[in-house]
Amino acid sequence: MSDTEREPVRSIKTPMRLTYDYTAGTATSRFLHGIAEGRILGQRCPVCTKVYVPPRGSCPRCAVATEEEVQVSDRGTILTFAIVRVPSENLDVPLPFACVHVLLDGADVPFFSVVQGCALDEVRIGMRVGAAWVEKEQLAPTLQSIRWFEPTGEPDVPFDQLREHL
Amino acid sequence: MSRQSEAQEILSAPHVLEYPYRRSVGPVLSRFFTALRDRRIVGVETKSGRVLCPPAEADPETGATVSDRYVEVGPGGVVESWTWVTRPREKQPLSKPFAYALIRLDGADTALLHAVDADPTRLRTGARVRPRWRAETIGEIGDIECFELETSR
Repeated sequence: MSDTEREPVRSIKTPMRLTYDYTAGTATSRFLHGIAEGRILGQRCPVCTKVYVPPRGSCPRCAVATEEEVQVSDRGTILTFAIVRVPSENLDVPLPFACVHVLLDGADVPFFSVVQGCALDEVRIGMRVGAAWVEKEQLAPTLQSIRWFEPTGEPDVPFDQLREHL
Repeated sequence: MSRQSEAQEILSAPHVLEYPYRRSVGPVLSRFFTALRDRRIVGVETKSGRVLCPPAEADPETGATVSDRYVEVGPGGVVESWTWVTRPREKQPLSKPFAYALIRLDGADTALLHAVDADPTRLRTGARVRPRWRAETIGEIGDIECFELETSR
């Protein structure tokens, strides 16, 4: 018997796996069809005028349906970030990387993505970034059509202009 | 928006949420799982001399820490109660209909929950069962594939 076999059992695998069929609904389906065309679509609340991206079909603050569709920019400003050093099966990005909340120009809520194309210690609140899309023929109705965001080189946005969104 | 895009379909896709946990078992269950790897089943004695199988760190009746006396139990035992699973789900122990049973192994005073592969017309409370071991054991409860009736062979 080998040494490893003589080692006592100290742990057991207890995996958990939940399999769902996720239906995107009207608003998110339209958003994903927009992504397949290389466009980022949001919806504006008729009461508070905030633009939600991705849209969910209603404004959580005003509790009204959001029907007006607006296209927002694929460029924006980093609102917050975190450095990730633990691998994740679903993210095909070399470690470590920064995951970020990007406030897209024209939107009022941040959009979740990752940043590539600069050193990690350069990532900062207020930094301007733009979407790096997959090749045109690979565009599909999935958020994987945006590979990540990368710096645009534009000047930073001052903190006071972002305060409302933090 | 054009009419064409108004008619766009509602999207749907599979969504899998998975947590690949590994759980540390502590000193008492470590003895249980290590024994399973050797195709043995052990229980632990409480201070009052009752044998818990599966072993626990505390006596469920008094809350007192158990003794450090581990005793081999089974491998045969008695079905104390059972319920029939008509349509097993993907991760359940057997892919054909089976029973979940509380099995009091010989020498133990408490019952172990496990699957029993048996003809439901012959399964009853009080039936004698024995484990069916897997060809390869790694130190987990699934090392016992299931229990089966002692009279089935």
